[in-house]
Amino acid sequence: METNLTYQKQHTPKDYKNESAVRWCPGCGDHAILNCLHKALAELNLEPHEIAVISGIGCSSRLPYYMNTYGMHSIHGRAAAIATGVKTANPALSVWVATGDGDSLAIGGNHFIHAIRRNVDINIILFNNKIYGLTKGQYSPTSEKGFISKSSPYGTVEEPFNPAELCFGARGTFFGRAIDVDLKNLTDLMVASAKHKGTSVMEVLQNCVIFNDGIHSKIADKAFRAEKTIVLQHGKKMVFGAHDEKGIVADNNLQLKAVTIGQDGYTLDDVLVHDATTKDSTLHFKLARMGYENDLPVALGVIRDVPAPTFENEYAKQIEEVQNKMPKKTFTDFLMDSDNVWELK
Amino acid sequence: MSEKTVVNELKDVTIRFSGDSGDGMQLSGTLFSTLSAILGNEIATFPDYPAEIRAPQGTLQGVSGFQVRIGSHDVYNAGDKTDVLIAMNPAALKVNAGNIKRNSIVIYDSDTFQKKDLEKAGFQTDDPFRELNLTSVQAIPVAITSLTKAALEDIGVDNKIMLRSKNMFALGIVCWLFNRPADIAEQLLKEKFAKKPLVFQANVKAFLAGYNYGNNTHLTASTYRIETVKHEKGFYIDVNGNLATAYGLIAAAEKAGLQLFLGSYPITPASDILHELAKRKDFGVKALQMEDEIASICTAIGASFAGHLAATSTSGPGLALKSEALNLAVMLELPLVVIDVQRAGPSTGMPTKSEQTDLNIALYGRSGESPIAVIAALSPTDCFDAAFWACKLAVEHMTPVVLLTDGYIANGSSAWKIPTMNDYPEIVPHVVQKFFTGDPKTWKPYLRDEETFVRYWAIPGTPEYMHRIGGLEKDYYTGVISTDPDNHQRMVKIRQAKIDKIADYLPSQEILGDENADTLIVGWGGTYGHLLEAVQKIKEAGKKAAFTQFKFISPLPKNTEEVLRRYKKIIVAEENNGQFASYLQGKFGNLPLYRFNRVTGQPFRIEELVEEFTKIIEG
Repeated sequence: METNLTYQKQHTPKDYKNESAVRWCPGCGDHAILNCLHKALAELNLEPHEIAVISGIGCSSRLPYYMNTYGMHSIHGRAAAIATGVKTANPALSVWVATGDGDSLAIGGNHFIHAIRRNVDINIILFNNKIYGLTKGQYSPTSEKGFISKSSPYGTVEEPFNPAELCFGARGTFFGRAIDVDLKNLTDLMVASAKHKGTSVMEVLQNCVIFNDGIHSKIADKAFRAEKTIVLQHGKKMVFGAHDEKGIVADNNLQLKAVTIGQDGYTLDDVLVHDATTKDSTLHFKLARMGYENDLPVALGVIRDVPAPTFENEYAKQIEEVQNKMPKKTFTDFLMDSDNVWELK
Repeated sequence: MSEKTVVNELKDVTIRFSGDSGDGMQLSGTLFSTLSAILGNEIATFPDYPAEIRAPQGTLQGVSGFQVRIGSHDVYNAGDKTDVLIAMNPAALKVNAGNIKRNSIVIYDSDTFQKKDLEKAGFQTDDPFRELNLTSVQAIPVAITSLTKAALEDIGVDNKIMLRSKNMFALGIVCWLFNRPADIAEQLLKEKFAKKPLVFQANVKAFLAGYNYGNNTHLTASTYRIETVKHEKGFYIDVNGNLATAYGLIAAAEKAGLQLFLGSYPITPASDILHELAKRKDFGVKALQMEDEIASICTAIGASFAGHLAATSTSGPGLALKSEALNLAVMLELPLVVIDVQRAGPSTGMPTKSEQTDLNIALYGRSGESPIAVIAALSPTDCFDAAFWACKLAVEHMTPVVLLTDGYIANGSSAWKIPTMNDYPEIVPHVVQKFFTGDPKTWKPYLRDEETFVRYWAIPGTPEYMHRIGGLEKDYYTGVISTDPDNHQRMVKIRQAKIDKIADYLPSQEILGDENADTLIVGWGGTYGHLLEAVQKIKEAGKKAAFTQFKFISPLPKNTEEVLRRYKKIIVAEENNGQFASYLQGKFGNLPLYRFNRVTGQPFRIEELVEEFTKIIEG
């Protein structure tokens, strides 16, 4: 008996790993990010040969070398532009960008915002360690004002970027945040970003063990992570704390506030429900700023996930529309049919 | 008046329409050249316009010109000095005064030669011709503005449309002067303004008014006919270099069986390539206008990685911005065509003027030892062949190729016989499934074809060939990143050898003119037409000169050194300070070189070429 069953193999994380020795420093947050990506791809069960991972320059950008997929380690800041070309050329590929805060928010800032504006379906993993690691310790566009580094020995005098604000300012359709060592949430975020059609920005709070050790520890340390962070989930109440005893509410002036449920007259009903899919980004801005300008917990998980047409599909659609109107011709026939052809006899 | 106007037969003639940048001179010129081509004349055109969209009216800065040369045969360029100048205002007369032949005809709009117009153009007296010492020309005043208005009075168009139809009145006069049948012009106008019946009507009326005015008033004592000779039979269209470049890419993609991708950013004078390819969605072309020059080359690199025939188009300042990404493409060894429509530099320079000053940046403008293929187009129509070749070399030899054109040939046009694509060579991309004969498990990204040193194109989506490439140096065999000194030396050598090897697949360098002369005139790229005519003039004067024009710059054709060594004197003529001459001298050494260099932003002047070359030949 013949059967028409097509067998699709269930991939495991090791199918996406290659034999190269990983050369990041021991204890670097990048190891965890790489492992989560292997896991996420297995969970998505994508074919390794249908994945392209594009990176720029910096420690994070070594990631493609450790993937058993197609990959390109390109030049500083340009990964988003290259990935735009890859995805537009072949929309069937799953395209990932590995990049850092210096790579995408300084030298590559222009490509970063324009990729987001176009909503090309690429998944950008932004390793944010608030430092230039590969060049041995200069401040980055996400370093806090006053940050002391080799290139700012007296402290910086400039304000940092919040990647989420850049993303929303560029009309981004997907933004999520995770801590490098929080493997489950990071893997979930990667899966969600792959499922989102359009540019996904994942800000990973990543530790540079050599030049900026502990930069995220105020929120990432296990001892107080539950108090200092909140993992947002679409359609769920914004609760946090070791026993989900706290919640985020909005006051009459639409200012967000953290409250303890059952205290000061607040009940669970007062706690906001997270809607990642609302087009209006106002509340997403506020959620993404939590913990940076106030004492609220830092928002993790998928903060924004709004459906919108993707660049490559719109482009393909336009080609199809034009081709439906104009019959397909050879190049010579096209010239023969153009205006102002004359014959010399 | 019963006397008949005399018709003179001419071999060729150069006409320049000149006026304010809003006067529609480009349209008059284009229509006249197309008309002449249809009649079987050879044509060459040269639009010469200001960088400003609308400089103040009537000023020297605002003058826009369109030069057309028509002839019975051997029209290789748009000519030096004009036989006929149409000056729509005093500024146009002043700007062109140096480029008018003795005894030429100057038709000017007398309505705009009033006191305040003369002052705007900086004239001191009320006799601009005397002031410019143009006493030998045949100056013919025609009240173009008022006659156009009178002609359009009864068709109900506003003043704006009336004024904008002046250019058609002028075209009408010129068509009468050169015995062009009015009905063909009408037909062309009909096609041009198909969607604007009122504008069409105004234009045709103005055109006919001008035509009849010339005829009825016997505006000049004689009119001219350019004889037509039999050319190669077939179907023709009029193309400029930018259009031909876009067509070359489309034709190459069809030949190679690949999708065409262009990443670009608007820049004068290259934007028309982007415009044309953006239109060509009927061919499935993906033409992306990116956020900057860097992104435009980077998307092209991404598309090339993903298996498209990818190109990026720009001009000098844009090429400078693309340098780092171009260097990445060298290291990745991916196919990529980079089109540089050269313009006058440095920096912003003179965006609408033309030069050959980007040869060095094309050859050397990258960090490290970064060899690359460079091709230069010879003429507007040759842009098609050059673009086709650039694509062929890129995908067959897995390398970026810089295609140098220039503002002069990009905007200049000539009649082009619609090609039969069977006459063009095959293009066979070096894809891994087709050319790598070993077990896919043993394949590595930087393994090479033993003969050509070309690596294999393994395109994402293909099972079994997953790999990582990047800007870091790679191991010769394994493709894994490597800082081994001997390996680096070997990789530097093989990247150069791969480019050098391309010479084996190029046509030989040909010699034109008197092959047995002592002197060889050498040019490259877009100066072909001017140099060829200069060589012919030298021959007509009874002197001998051989001539060769280079299209393949890196690598040079295999017989280059042999050709050069045959001559006692080699004159390298180029629109820069000697970049190609130094390149040849550096490659071969001890060449008896004479350098002819002009960097004016304008094409060579044939008269000057003949004079200077003759001195060297006789010296």
